[in-house]
Amino acid sequence: MITTDTTFEEKVFYINRALVKSYADASGDQNPIHQNEEFALSVGLPNVIAHGMLTMALVGKYLSDLAGGSAKVLEFSARFTKPVIIPAGVDVDLTVSAIVTDVSDGKASISLAATSQGVKVIGLAKAVILI
Amino acid sequence: MISPDSIGRTFAGSDLATVTQSQIDAFCAVIGESDTSVAPPTFSIRITLDQSQKILSDPAIGLDWTRVVHGDQRFELKSPIKAGDSFSCTSTIESAKAIAGNEIVTVRSDLSKDGAIVVSTWSTLVVRG
Repeated sequence: MITTDTTFEEKVFYINRALVKSYADASGDQNPIHQNEEFALSVGLPNVIAHGMLTMALVGKYLSDLAGGSAKVLEFSARFTKPVIIPAGVDVDLTVSAIVTDVSDGKASISLAATSQGVKVIGLAKAVILI
Repeated sequence: MISPDSIGRTFAGSDLATVTQSQIDAFCAVIGESDTSVAPPTFSIRITLDQSQKILSDPAIGLDWTRVVHGDQRFELKSPIKAGDSFSCTSTIESAKAIAGNEIVTVRSDLSKDGAIVVSTWSTLVVRG
């Protein structure tokens, strides 16, 4: 049962270049900073970065799982605080956790957190789900 | 800088966007979602980003998309998106302000089906100076 202060078990997703390419195709966001290392370096980035919306989509998957399905997610917001850098040939972690901050009227407010390599990459992530 | 008289204005996308099962399947595959009967919570970005990109890139508005970084994102979902849904899309430039040499633009987009809003999204875009 979900009550205030319920915490959910941490989950680790892995992001690599292939997943970033799949997300580019699935979302239609083909910005080269997410796929072309030379281009990413040329605009001052340390390497190819994952789409902020890919990290949010993975946090969204975590949210759907804890809510018991995507249809129960009513609100979801996040701030992209640091880029997730994806060097070639590496699986980079996205570690997600959540806590219930309030329960009322059949809805739960959730606060979520996501880090990559120990650095907070998503901040102020909040959601409201049906319970 | 974005044209000041575009702030507060609402722009309507020209075409209906129809969601297909294969679009939902592809999005679900990326995130490891096995339930493809409804779209995942952030799926609507696929529609709204494309629409708002078209609107904001109009020379009369003047947003330089090549300098845009996504600052934050919010979704309000009245009901889940399913394959076969057709949406009209409107985007409103809610605010634009200069902060520390960058321009921060907030865009609200609404996806409506049969005249009723199904999903509202707010995107904060940082246009690097």
